[in-house]
Amino acid sequence: MRSKGVCRVAGESSGNVRLRMNQAIGLAIADEMRSDNSVVVWGEDVGAAGGVFKVTDGLIEEFGSDRVRDTPISETGFLGAAIGAAVSGLRPVVEIMFIEFLGVALDQLVTEAALFRYLSAGAYPVPLALRASAGGGLGFGAQHSGMLERWLIGTPGLTVAVASGARTGYGLTRAAIRSNDPVVVLEPRRLYAERETFEAGPDAVISLGTAEIVQSGTDATIIGLGGTVPVIQEAAADAEWSAEIIDLLTIAPWDRATVLSSAARTNRVVIVEESPETGGWGAHVASVISAEMFSSLKAPVVRITTPDVPVPFAPELEDRFLPTTKEVTHQIECLLSTGAPDPPWWVREGVTL
Amino acid sequence: MTTTELTPLDRRSLLGNGPVERLERMMEIREVEDAIVQLFMDGHVRGSTHTTQGQEAVSVALASVLKPTDLVTCTYRGHAAALSLGILPIQVIGEVLGRRIGNVGGIGGSMHLCDQSVGLLPTFAIVGAGIPVAVGAAIAAKQQGTDSIGVAMFGDGATNIGAFHEGLNLARVWDAPVLFVCENNLYGEYSPIRTTTPFEDLYRRGASYDMASRAVDGQDVETLRDAFAKEIAAIRQDSLPRFLEIKTYRYAGHSRTDPALYRPEGEKDRWLERDPINLATAAILKAGLADEALLNELRLTVKARVVVAVQSAMDSPGPELSAMFANIIAEKTP
Repeated sequence: MRSKGVCRVAGESSGNVRLRMNQAIGLAIADEMRSDNSVVVWGEDVGAAGGVFKVTDGLIEEFGSDRVRDTPISETGFLGAAIGAAVSGLRPVVEIMFIEFLGVALDQLVTEAALFRYLSAGAYPVPLALRASAGGGLGFGAQHSGMLERWLIGTPGLTVAVASGARTGYGLTRAAIRSNDPVVVLEPRRLYAERETFEAGPDAVISLGTAEIVQSGTDATIIGLGGTVPVIQEAAADAEWSAEIIDLLTIAPWDRATVLSSAARTNRVVIVEESPETGGWGAHVASVISAEMFSSLKAPVVRITTPDVPVPFAPELEDRFLPTTKEVTHQIECLLSTGAPDPPWWVREGVTL
Repeated sequence: MTTTELTPLDRRSLLGNGPVERLERMMEIREVEDAIVQLFMDGHVRGSTHTTQGQEAVSVALASVLKPTDLVTCTYRGHAAALSLGILPIQVIGEVLGRRIGNVGGIGGSMHLCDQSVGLLPTFAIVGAGIPVAVGAAIAAKQQGTDSIGVAMFGDGATNIGAFHEGLNLARVWDAPVLFVCENNLYGEYSPIRTTTPFEDLYRRGASYDMASRAVDGQDVETLRDAFAKEIAAIRQDSLPRFLEIKTYRYAGHSRTDPALYRPEGEKDRWLERDPINLATAAILKAGLADEALLNELRLTVKARVVVAVQSAMDSPGPELSAMFANIIAEKTP
């Protein structure tokens, strides 16, 4: 049988918990549902099945089928309906099982939900939290492995955050549910099973738009988002150089102050993105850093991205496609020793288009 | 009856020969699916897979009456359709494993099978996405003056998504020569149809778009073949869309990770009593088309063929790194 949810007690959880990321996000939803009766959960197989990634496991048992609704495979329908519910007193938490499935319903999010506050002169804010699994590394193939945050950033009115583990998944999800505007929280699929000990409870809510310095350092600032944060941490763990690691957490809007002040300390910036080079979020962040700090930077801002190709299925290809610890290490060492980055691996190895 | 040296197109044409060939292909699909499940359980492959045990008759019957110039769109539950249309077991298993011998060289995986020679577009991993695509293929065929048709294969769950309704509407208002094949296996992912859909008889949705639409038993391959033959002949004749709802059942869960605990007790057993392979076997024996000894031998032959395919696929190397960079766009843009 299915395992039960992690926290079956009434009232909000608090204190130290050790959870996998999927359980932590489930706990965040449960905590918000316990403290606010208007919070509801809608999505494909989120109820009786507990979610295909078991994020919502146990919610229907605790909160009932009025508040936790299994939907048909109808993303336009239930996302649109969630907007209607959101402007009518509910606070929907909508699950899009794989972020790619948002494609069929993009209109409802970027052209409707994101614009309601603006087009109603403030009368109709849309308190909607949209969660979706995202990213590669699990062998789900080209149509189930993208991060696709690029579809969403640059949409005024829409906040976009990315979890990087159990603690941040918990904190961002609670913040998204509390927000009075539409917020997307992307959940890197390959991190669902990763465990982390953290302090749950209201104090663990992470302010949207705020980055975290997860490690202080002096030689370079390395900026990650979602699944690239653990990659950077691994690269920096035994390194001889000293990196300041920033988990951006929210990419729209992003925390310029934290990033720029760190860059001012280290004067070298490396950005690690799990998305194709062209049009990635790092291009925007790099342009701002370069413009603001041109004279004080010791080296060009470096972007480590995936190549401009679809996510390949074969494991040996997918493992190369994703930014690796090895590539991060190589680029930092190159930057520190020569003052410039190396070309990306696909150029160095001559396998590019 | 060895088929190892045949091309996909050869294998596809075999299905028109007779009930024994169609039974053999259903046996092959079952063996391949069981082998794929085992490969996942043994940890040889990552990701997910969606198998078709119980639904073998549908794609075998359909492929037996299609022409190679007809264009088929199919879902991520596509191994059976790929094998029926002729793709070799080693190509399907190799793709599931991500090997160079896979039918798209290992860059697609279980959900993305494709072979132009037999008219199979890359199978769609987004629910309903293939439905309007088949309509477009049908319009193009008609406009070019051929009698080729488009075929959209999809499940019951897809009838709740916008692309389904937009595709059917467009097919009717443009008179597209397309066959909509709805495999109603009673579950959309983990959800029983009654929880997602107002009624079970989905042919009514085809009828609501003012097209000829009916339901047919999905477990008897020969009945199904007759139904497909009739509808497809009519489409080639009058160039109008038609809708067939196939009443069928999947024995496995939605995907590798789904144990399907949501089934009512006894439901699967009732469907197993009408297993398409058993039904076809009984019908062939009754008609005297083959005796038991021959069918047993056939089963062993198929099993052995799939065992070899699994081993050969496992022995195949993975793709070269450069495969990741191939076929993204044309090498030279005009």
